[in-house]
Amino acid sequence: MPRIRLEGLVKRYGAVEVLHGIDLEMADNEFTVLVGPSGCGKSTTLRMIAGLEDVSGGEIYVDDVPVSHLEPKDRDLAMVFQDYALYPHMNVAQNISFALRLAKRPKAEIDAKVRQVAGMVGLTDFLDRKPGALSGGQRQRVAMARALAKDSGIFLFDEPLSNLDAKLRGQMRAELAMMSQQVEKSMIYVTHDQIEAMTLADRIVVMHDGYIQQQGTPEKLFKQPANKFVAGFLGMPPMNFLNCQIEARGADTFVKGDGFALRLRGEIAAKAARHARKEVTLGVRPSDLSFAGDAQPEDSLKLDVKVSEYVGAQSVLLCACGDASVTVEVNSETPMALGETLVFEVNPARVHLFDRESEIAL
Amino acid sequence: MSDITAATGMNQPRPTVRKARRLANRLSPYAFVGPAIIVLFIALIIPLGYMIYGSMLDWTASQSIGEADFIGLKNYTDLWNDPRFMKSVSVTLRFAFIVVVVELLIGVGLALLLDRDIKGMTFLRTMFILPMMIAPVVVGLMWRFMYHPTDGTFNRLLEKMDLPTVDWLGQHALMSVIIADIWQWTPFIFILALAALQSLPRSALEAARIDGATAWQQIIYIKLPLMMPVLIVTALLRLIDAFKVLEVILVLTNGGPGQETQILSHRINETMTEVRHLGEAAAMANYLLILLMALTLGMLAFNNWQEKRAARIRAAAEEDV
Repeated sequence: MPRIRLEGLVKRYGAVEVLHGIDLEMADNEFTVLVGPSGCGKSTTLRMIAGLEDVSGGEIYVDDVPVSHLEPKDRDLAMVFQDYALYPHMNVAQNISFALRLAKRPKAEIDAKVRQVAGMVGLTDFLDRKPGALSGGQRQRVAMARALAKDSGIFLFDEPLSNLDAKLRGQMRAELAMMSQQVEKSMIYVTHDQIEAMTLADRIVVMHDGYIQQQGTPEKLFKQPANKFVAGFLGMPPMNFLNCQIEARGADTFVKGDGFALRLRGEIAAKAARHARKEVTLGVRPSDLSFAGDAQPEDSLKLDVKVSEYVGAQSVLLCACGDASVTVEVNSETPMALGETLVFEVNPARVHLFDRESEIAL
Repeated sequence: MSDITAATGMNQPRPTVRKARRLANRLSPYAFVGPAIIVLFIALIIPLGYMIYGSMLDWTASQSIGEADFIGLKNYTDLWNDPRFMKSVSVTLRFAFIVVVVELLIGVGLALLLDRDIKGMTFLRTMFILPMMIAPVVVGLMWRFMYHPTDGTFNRLLEKMDLPTVDWLGQHALMSVIIADIWQWTPFIFILALAALQSLPRSALEAARIDGATAWQQIIYIKLPLMMPVLIVTALLRLIDAFKVLEVILVLTNGGPGQETQILSHRINETMTEVRHLGEAAAMANYLLILLMALTLGMLAFNNWQEKRAARIRAAAEEDV
């Protein structure tokens, strides 16, 4: 299936540049997720790939052929829109078959295709309904079926699940994951929801302010965020950030902040040792802190527990560490009381350090 | 509604007070529409009854209504055999249908062309709807000058280009009247069609582009079908208006030459003021009224049908969420 490559892609609206030269290469049959907060340029990028927005600079290649001057219909792609974009005056079967009918395919082939994709998304009983007579989830399926029926090599999704309620969203997410394994297509999926990104993607591209912040597998981005933005964007609850300074004490390297002095170990210690006295930001995920009353002070944080949010098997503790606030994820069975000052051990292999100025990971 | 508010009142008042309040609640809507109903009665129902009664009299302008003889439906049946009346009915029908069809084609075409963001579009749109804002009498005068056989804009232009001149208000009177009406009322269809176009779901059009629809196919398969409800109502409104047109024709041709441009309302006016047969004029006016009522009811029925269909579709959607 086609390989998509973006080279120095720029988008300007008048004098305002919203995308500043995006370089991206997607592999065969890869599920790529563009994720970022609203206004980061992810939807614009997708719409430029689709041909719905003009390219102000740079080029889009599909299998090494430049396509940015082509009409959407000549780009071999199908798209699922956030608001489904169904044709309100056509019934489900007509919606699904519109592209095929425009392409003047034989009627028998169209009928067979409609039945096949309607079966895939569970719409067989609704083929003669108009979109107005369908629920949100069903409309979403029609949009999916319409895109599937086109048989194009590239599949674009523009926040397809954001109009659904939480339960339906989870269900559709699972179905999407299943579908992406069944069909061999290059898929590009835009979302602001980091859980969708983490669960669906082969490759996540995190965008912010019109720049790509980092790209890679979900695991890589979660474990080795390239900068503070990526670290804070992926993961729920988000990563804790504490201001501190690197200090060399004999053979050991410490980070010292308001109310803590943590000894670094392993790889990160070696990196930090080269930046003695540097102002940095310490990043620790809530799940990398564990309740351990007997931990050494240099391996742990002392936190005042302010609020406990019970979410089932896990509880999220909102704590204070000096002036900063820190969230901790603990097993709900952990015995503790609000207002207590407790000691939490930091997983030394999961400590992140970011340059205070540039916010880039050390 | 009123029962609910009364029954769930915060601090239960005494039964008599509650009863009075409930009564006031029920009556208040009638109090509000009351003045409108009175005006409607005086300005519409009474004259209408007067006209229906008058249409059954052998009544000339020199008689008071009491002196006229009652002749039943004779005025109505006589009209069927009156070639001058039949001619004006035929002129009216031709005028109305040609005008509405051409205005629809041009108005919708223009809207499709101008539904885009280019510089100066706001100015252009304002220019386009200007003719609609000019008083019909002024429009008539303007076009009379332009159609003038020797000094008119058109014929002087034709002469300059060494082309044969056209006898606008003579041989081609109906066409000339139709052109003037199209000039004035196409903007009405244009702005409504443009509004309909701009309220179409953008993403559905984008989906159609991705599905492979050319610009033409987008118009035929997506835009026009989605605009259709608005266009049908617009066309009916224009048709109703076209049947009532008078001023422009009065000024341009005064119904002539002969009866070439004598539409029904002009014929009614003439029967009343020149032939001075009030009973017959009233009967003609009633025929026109029946025609317009049929069109209006048709339009309301269409709206009703659409709303019911939308409600049915919504109900079906809610059933199997």
